[in-house]
Amino acid sequence: MSIDRLLTTERVMGIETEFGVLHADLEDRARAGAGSSILLSHLVVGAYALLDPQEGERGRRVRWDYGDETPLRDARGFELQRAAAHPSQLTDEVRDAHVPSVEMDAPLAGPEVAPDGDDAEVLAWAAQRSLGNAVLTNGARWYVDHAHPEYSAPEVMRAREAVVQDRAGEEIARRSMGILAAADGIPEVALYKNNTDGKGASYGTHENFLVDRAVPFERVTAAMLPFLATRQVLVGAGRVGLGTRGERPGFQLSSRADFMEAEVGLETTLNRPIVNTRDEPHADPARFRRLHVIIGDANLLEESTFLKLGTASLVLAALEAEHRTGRAILPDLRLVDPVAAVRTISHDPTLRATVELVDGRELTALQIQRAHLDAIAAVADRDDAETAQVLDSWAELLDLLEQDPALAADRVEWVAKLQLLERYRARHGLEWGDPRLSMIDLQYSDLRPAQGLFAKLRAAGAVRTLVGQDEVDAAMTTAPTSTRAHLRGGLISAHREHVPSAGWDAITLAGPDSGYRLRLADPRLGSAAWCELHGIDLTTDPETILDALRRAVSAS
Amino acid sequence: MSQQSLNGPGTGGEDEQNEVAATGGQTFASAQGADDLLDEIDAVLESNAETFVRSFVQKGGQ
Repeated sequence: MSIDRLLTTERVMGIETEFGVLHADLEDRARAGAGSSILLSHLVVGAYALLDPQEGERGRRVRWDYGDETPLRDARGFELQRAAAHPSQLTDEVRDAHVPSVEMDAPLAGPEVAPDGDDAEVLAWAAQRSLGNAVLTNGARWYVDHAHPEYSAPEVMRAREAVVQDRAGEEIARRSMGILAAADGIPEVALYKNNTDGKGASYGTHENFLVDRAVPFERVTAAMLPFLATRQVLVGAGRVGLGTRGERPGFQLSSRADFMEAEVGLETTLNRPIVNTRDEPHADPARFRRLHVIIGDANLLEESTFLKLGTASLVLAALEAEHRTGRAILPDLRLVDPVAAVRTISHDPTLRATVELVDGRELTALQIQRAHLDAIAAVADRDDAETAQVLDSWAELLDLLEQDPALAADRVEWVAKLQLLERYRARHGLEWGDPRLSMIDLQYSDLRPAQGLFAKLRAAGAVRTLVGQDEVDAAMTTAPTSTRAHLRGGLISAHREHVPSAGWDAITLAGPDSGYRLRLADPRLGSAAWCELHGIDLTTDPETILDALRRAVSAS
Repeated sequence: MSQQSLNGPGTGGEDEQNEVAATGGQTFASAQGADDLLDEIDAVLESNAETFVRSFVQKGGQ
């Protein structure tokens, strides 16, 4: 088959994770139920954003800028506007003075600047203030969403980068728990990287991918449904219990499967769809669509995250290439009932279950994934290192799972969890309905080093790793270089006092005479390479940076 | 994915975990390793599973 250019994994992408949040103390936990989850979420966000010395000046956070109602459609994708307010308002006592789009978290109760005092006093202020948002030095958004702390990792261009940034979010969550544990009179918190409490509540781990707007959304939907419904055999995190409340005993591949109720739709908290239509690209909407994927599980196993992002990016690259060239790449794998297929596949750890295709065939999830792999491998760029790595991982894991799922126990997360549970079941002679197995499922994702069972598997070498701990540690305070996150995080890192707010596509920088708001409607602008090209050195003084940005605007 | 692209267990986790990893061999690949790992997991599990599971209650999110 000939296409104009071979497919790679390169694309703007990112992961956002809502953490489970509970009192660490079991008596407090039993007493509070879910009633304190919002308070605990505010403490978690405030602890890291205001108090961790590695994050920056104590008590000073960068506020979240939601972006504008009027999207920037400028073909250059870049502009610099004078902000509406005097710089004194931009740096002190900020309250929506300069731009209407800056967050409106709870009604202001007291001063915006954190008080002097010990950690407990600052945390009490954060809780009373309902502190709900911060932009971190690594370019991430760290905030309260509904009743969960959420880490929206900075946007990246590659699956491996996404793994590093996702792991950095786990470490930030750990540091936040550590700060709360050390503060007198403040509740100690436990955070879980999972997706359900097993009692009907689910919270998400969402992936975002920018896609060429020219590809018709109906085509995206038709192609993504069979891909997303079946990929759980490779990247599911595993779950004890069947049904949203775990009402039937057993084990299933995916923690999110039972919460998917529709094929396509806008909602994320009710009637959740396999393909979500939320379309806020945080970029030029004439050029980009953001595909918001909500079906995915929270993965702790790094290869699962890598494969999840890498394969989805390749499928989207195939769709873009099909649209550009008019030549078909992906086979027709439309399912008769995708929502039912998600559950059928998730509920069968033998992987033998078949689902019906519109063309009448009955195929297993492994066969459907293999068909995707074969079609994409034929037109993928194997000279691109990450693309080759994704294709190899995809093929190797399909081979292992076809032969015997147990062979993939160190690389496929649901298999790793199932093997742990089966060993424990055998040792103690337990039925699947035993609460000890549900407890293992929950404690598996506990992010506290001493309690988390995945951490034990990892430390014992029972699961493989993909990235180095040194990279992960660095990514907590250093933004990825490949996107505008570099400019956002770099400015916050070097000049926090001059950056009152930032968002995905906007950064406000306070100069000596006025404030300026940068708009970056293409996420690839603002990368380290882009900054170098335009002579923008983020370590120099803000006025020099503003001059360089002005030159960049007039040159583009 | 090639073996070379994957790091060994020693690159991850906290210091405490690295000490465990350094002793090595605690995988499910050997019966002894599996037993050791299950012992360790038994030691960190909460004692009252029923209460633990019942009190793990969250509000729904996205």
